[in-house]
Amino acid sequence: MGLFTELKDSISRVTDRLFSEQEPKRIGIYGPPNAGKTTLANRIARDWTGDAVGAESHIPHETRRARRKEDVEIERNGKTVTIDIVDTPGVTTKVDYEEFTDEMDKDDAVRRSREATEGVAEAMHWLREDVDGVIYVLDSAEDPITQVNTMLIGIIESRDLPVLIFANKIDLDDSSVKRIEDAFPQHKTVPLSAKEGENMDEVYENIAEYFG
Amino acid sequence: MPEATGTDDIDGVQIDLISGQRMEGMASMEKIRMILDGVHDGNIVILEEGLTPDEESKLIEVTMAEISPDEFNGIEIETYPRSGPSDSSLLGRIMGSDDSTAKLTVIGPANQIETLHKDETLISALVSRN
Ligand SMILES: Nc1nc2c(ncn2[C@@H]2O[C@H](COP(=O)(O)OP(=O)(O)OP(=O)(O)O)[C@@H](O)[C@H]2O)c(=O)[nH]1
Ligand SMILES: [Mg+2]
Repeated sequence: MGLFTELKDSISRVTDRLFSEQEPKRIGIYGPPNAGKTTLANRIARDWTGDAVGAESHIPHETRRARRKEDVEIERNGKTVTIDIVDTPGVTTKVDYEEFTDEMDKDDAVRRSREATEGVAEAMHWLREDVDGVIYVLDSAEDPITQVNTMLIGIIESRDLPVLIFANKIDLDDSSVKRIEDAFPQHKTVPLSAKEGENMDEVYENIAEYFG
Repeated sequence: MPEATGTDDIDGVQIDLISGQRMEGMASMEKIRMILDGVHDGNIVILEEGLTPDEESKLIEVTMAEISPDEFNGIEIETYPRSGPSDSSLLGRIMGSDDSTAKLTVIGPANQIETLHKDETLISALVSRN
């Protein structure tokens, strides 16, 4: 990055902060690959703006660039909060293109993994510089105690960002919200199914309360 | 890091145990470079005192930049005791205060570690030689 863009960026960060009362807060949607981050981002965007954010897929690393949906106005109990939602690529410490070769040919798998690594790096960067709050999405049918989850929550805490944990996919038989609550007792956990639209009232109440 | 001599003709896995003291004077990027250089060589790197959250975040970022098909798939990383604000386990205290960086951290190449399992009291890793 050139000195000038860097300078411009840091000035805009300062002004962002100065005007933080009016400026919509940027809420990053983070979590491991395939947790349902994009499905959630799309549901929020569709519910409040009418259009979607990005593609969802059962193949991990579908989202490979952070995508922002600006000025999402959420109304709860007569109160309106305006946020920018940032859907980020699922964070991991490893990417092996051979995981995708069942689903696509080698060239596409290699391209997908290269884009995924760039996307994860970008997501980490956003987390250090550009988000004001975090929605951490977990697949509640999976074990929440993984190194990536522990590390990411630690990173988020160290930056003093407000964070909500979303226990997604409660429609699945193996779902356990308690497992997530027990793993991260220091944070509020909100159960939901982004795909089926279950418990979205509580989702929006908490977004309004935490990020408003 | 000084190369251990004569490792080429031995069929095995090198483990680098790095003391907190050695890490103390190093800048974040130096630590990350040292870890990833070791992992690129196929070594298991064990840090007596782990990284700060900020360093962990940069480690993920740099790891991503270095992943390349058929060469390097990234890293496995486990910490013990678990990082977190409420970390005041016995080992945590023995290993030096409630400082959240005082956690044993094991890092290795993802393609060589089959399971790096961990529970409250145990880290278990299966390492292949190639
Ligand atoms: N059963 C169930 N499936 C869900 C739910 N939310 C998302 N999914 C499915 O989970 C898969 C992954 O969803 P995505 O929204 O693409 O996940 P993501 O976290 O954005 O994944 P990456 O972008 O790859 O990191 C898709 O097949 C979704 O249909 C849910 O609430 N219940
Ligand atoms: Mg996605």
